[in-house]
Amino acid sequence: MADSSGSGGKPVADLDSRFSNLAPSSTGRKKTGRFNRFDNPLLNWKFLSGAGIFGFIFFLIFLGNQFWDTDLALAGSSPLNMPPVGFTNWRDQEGIPEHPLGTENSGRDMLALLIVGTPRTIGVGVIAASVGMGAGILLGFMAGFVGGIVDDVIRLMTDVVIPIPSLLVLIVIQSALQREMDLVTMALLISMFSWAAPTRYIRSQVLSMRESGYVQMAQLSGVPTRDIMYREMMPNLLPYLAASYIGNMTGAILQAVGLELLGLGPQRIPSLGVTIFFSIEAAALLRNMWWWWGIPTVILAVVFIALLLINLGLDEIANPRLRKAN
Amino acid sequence: MGSFSLNYLLRRLLVFFLTIWVAATLMFIIPRLAPGDPISAMIARMSQFEGFVENADLIIESWRKRFGLDDPLYVQYFRYLGNTLRLDLGYSMGNFPATVAELVGRALPWTIGLIGISTFIFFTVGNLCGALLAWYKSPKWLKVMIPITMSFTSVPPALLSLLLVYIFAFQIPIFPELNAYGRGMVPAFTLEFIGSVLYHGFLPSMSIVLATFGYWALGMRGMLVTIEGEDYMILAQAKGLKPFYILYRYMIRNAILPQMTALTLSLGLLINGSVLVEIMFTYNGMGSLIYASINTLDFGLIQGTAFILIVSSALAVLIIDLSYPLIDPRISLEGR
Repeated sequence: MADSSGSGGKPVADLDSRFSNLAPSSTGRKKTGRFNRFDNPLLNWKFLSGAGIFGFIFFLIFLGNQFWDTDLALAGSSPLNMPPVGFTNWRDQEGIPEHPLGTENSGRDMLALLIVGTPRTIGVGVIAASVGMGAGILLGFMAGFVGGIVDDVIRLMTDVVIPIPSLLVLIVIQSALQREMDLVTMALLISMFSWAAPTRYIRSQVLSMRESGYVQMAQLSGVPTRDIMYREMMPNLLPYLAASYIGNMTGAILQAVGLELLGLGPQRIPSLGVTIFFSIEAAALLRNMWWWWGIPTVILAVVFIALLLINLGLDEIANPRLRKAN
Repeated sequence: MGSFSLNYLLRRLLVFFLTIWVAATLMFIIPRLAPGDPISAMIARMSQFEGFVENADLIIESWRKRFGLDDPLYVQYFRYLGNTLRLDLGYSMGNFPATVAELVGRALPWTIGLIGISTFIFFTVGNLCGALLAWYKSPKWLKVMIPITMSFTSVPPALLSLLLVYIFAFQIPIFPELNAYGRGMVPAFTLEFIGSVLYHGFLPSMSIVLATFGYWALGMRGMLVTIEGEDYMILAQAKGLKPFYILYRYMIRNAILPQMTALTLSLGLLINGSVLVEIMFTYNGMGSLIYASINTLDFGLIQGTAFILIVSSALAVLIIDLSYPLIDPRISLEGR
């Protein structure tokens, strides 16, 4: 008895070690056990740090709204062209603590501008991405699930829209309208082009998921198509959808900033892009007023980097094979 | 080469022409949906700039006749499509005797050059970096260095160019901040001129490259990480193939086609970005043209520039799509 179990056990252990040699990444995880609670895919440092940066930005905006006079974002409310505290401008004026981040050409306080402008910039992204995503989910599911001529038409539509540089069409629309539009209108115009990429992406995910066992089982059990789409497949698609949403939001903010840099955005209450546009118009680069264009640029860059981190993190959450490389 | 299925070819061509048609139709519809007619708006603008306009009614009437605005809409539409097909995009109101086609023709090569060279650089560098990140033989320091250089990824190229102009044209003036070539130079195929073009194009293309190549590196790495541990990869290593050979023939070669597809998908965004970069550098391309026409309210020129850029984008996508069989021999076999 003892003899046979010994001889039976050895080759198995041998085989095991040979397998673990082939897949070196699995050895590290073995020690921590299968039910380690820190093994949760949501505990992804990219996702968490991106979300953390975003949370911090919103926290700062909240604090700013509580403790800083946002009326200072209006033109003429402050002295002109003051540098941030600790710096001097080209007229050798020193920064004053009433305007810690300085002021710009028409007497707007930079700190107040950032407090007011940042949520507006992010808001455009949220609205445009939500509308685009909604359309994308609907069309993507229809194309992937219904198939046939519906699929052909939707696929053709996305193929036609995707190569169009949307900023140019938006420029034509904005300059034809000949008047300022509000933020929501701009967001909705941007969303006219932000449905195509998610549609394409969701369609391909749905197509690959449609063949999976549980979907076919549900179909055989006579579950209505709509329920299969939204109850069975949607929960499994959530990480993909979230990643796509964040990507879409990045794109929408990019479009909005682009339009604003051309001076085509809503300008009465400046967002970050409009602030940069004003600074370029006023030759802030030549006058070395770096705080005017630099601070909004850095904040926009931080927002974009946070969005990218969230997106990469979500990708790894959705796709276990990407996770193992870290 | 060149024997892919007829179906594929036809579909690509259909998408190409549909894109152009959609773009042309958009350019036709948008101004007509806007409140007021274009000519009264023109007169209003003129009176804004120059005070009083004499005989405004007469001007409006003669222009309506000249541009055929009294015809029914469908007649106007087909006339417009016909004109567009012949690349007759009308006159530029801002620089009157010049036609839109002339101005666009002068600006387009610069934009194509800028985007083309930048795309070549970021696609090569990005994919190579991504492959090196995933390659089992790449040295440790590379795996630390590459992600650091990628930190500008996802910052919009236009903002990056603002930063580069500030640092390398104002603070440490080693690069010029304006134009595509030196002041007073006459475009010609001389060594001096080409050098000047490269010198002036460096910062603009750098801002596009720095902002984008990280995406391609991430995409490449993502794809290669998922094929790591596939049977054929293990077999290749077991056979004792040289690591470089594996990197090139087994890893990059397999992943380059999806990357090309991703390139066609991101071309629109790329053009958006480079239009803005050109404006930041007042580069003599389409971006600066469209910016100037926005400022002078030259609507015909805005339309023409946008239309030609959309057509170029669609054409580039078509060319890349049709070049798949050159890159991946499996595709040319598929047609038979």
